[in-house]
Amino acid sequence: MKKVYANAAEALDGLLFDGMFIAAGGFGLCGIPELLLDAIKDAGTKDLTFASNNAGVDDFGIGILLQTRQVKKMISSYVGENAEFMRQYLSGELELEFNPQGTLAERMRAGGAGIPGFYTKTGVGTVIAEGKEHKDFNGETYILENGIFADLAIVKAWKADDTGNLIFRKTARNFNVPAATCGKVCVAEVEEIVPRGSLDPDNIHLPGIYVNRIIQGDHEKRIEQRTTRQKEEA
Amino acid sequence: MPWDRNQMAARAADELEDGMYVNLGIGIPTLVANYVGDKDITLQSENGMLGMGPFPYEGEEDPDLINAGKQTITELARTAYFDSATSFAMIRGGKIAAAILGAMEVAENGDLANWMIPGKLVKGMGGAMDLVAGVGRVVVVMDHTNKHGDSKVLKECTLPLTGKGVVDRIITNLGVLDVVEGGLKIVELADGVTEDEMRAATQATVVN
Repeated sequence: MKKVYANAAEALDGLLFDGMFIAAGGFGLCGIPELLLDAIKDAGTKDLTFASNNAGVDDFGIGILLQTRQVKKMISSYVGENAEFMRQYLSGELELEFNPQGTLAERMRAGGAGIPGFYTKTGVGTVIAEGKEHKDFNGETYILENGIFADLAIVKAWKADDTGNLIFRKTARNFNVPAATCGKVCVAEVEEIVPRGSLDPDNIHLPGIYVNRIIQGDHEKRIEQRTTRQKEEA
Repeated sequence: MPWDRNQMAARAADELEDGMYVNLGIGIPTLVANYVGDKDITLQSENGMLGMGPFPYEGEEDPDLINAGKQTITELARTAYFDSATSFAMIRGGKIAAAILGAMEVAENGDLANWMIPGKLVKGMGGAMDLVAGVGRVVVVMDHTNKHGDSKVLKECTLPLTGKGVVDRIITNLGVLDVVEGGLKIVELADGVTEDEMRAATQATVVN
């Protein structure tokens, strides 16, 4: 079965529908599926729910779908970098479900592993625990969190082979692995598609079983907080 | 003289032991890395890295290499990368020995508030709730009072909690306090700070 598509629009063809639930990889602007997000914007799909650690910035990442009012709800751990997000949230146009970062990652991992719920100590005694089942194990209290089962996962990797095996680069791996596993369908965008046999089978970060469609493209890879140090005088 | 930011960070670095895997929060906790000396400390960045290095030199920034504050950083010879689920598995699983974090309020029972102020812009808790619930030891580094002069070391937190009963030790500009049975115990005073001054600035119960 052919997994390689010509571009983002073709790779998403037949997968998008209004009101759908999308899990997206990335942390901040690092490792986000920027080409697929652009294509979703162009497709005009509405009332989207996103499980994504962040919401991008105003003009990059999921932020571009906020500008076009295509997002109904965000499930995120931190959204501080996005003014348009805040405006829509405070005016009631956008729903927001805060998840602790590790809980969000594990909800994706669990969903992808066929686990509908898990208990965690994270958030016990906080607003996060309100309305959730509490259960004691070995004298400690835990809360029940649900696995995420998304209609679609969109992720960004460094390299893929044509069977969908993926390799990520440095901290751009982040949410891309758990997000990829929890979608009914996963579309991956990569910087380079190489022939099968070119990647070391011992060093595949995400096996191709999780990846249904792949595109190669040019990525802007914007830096959110460029921070440097001075070279010391010799 | 109360401690300044760097002295607080240096004192917090004393909490770290050779061989520890540690997560440092944003602000003063970030400075702790400057004071670990010869100790073999591995810094975790919860977006998926162990062995976090310093900021890059100008022109060497890599968009694929950032810390949890989204700043560009560098890798070290010991560095390992992993995904977010693995990162929080090591946090939730108690593999990270300590987290050093900033705070808005700490209570005498170890409650910590550092993620939201009702009525103000809510940005999210990020990984803070996972960290305080999961790591071996939670050390808070913060100013003892807020800009209005009110104590941040309280009988009960007034702000929404990040974690309940999670703080082990508090390092402020006035000294060091431990969370113990019945309240807080003074462990150390900053040079020139008296016990009376520490008690006066502390709303929480101070036990002997």
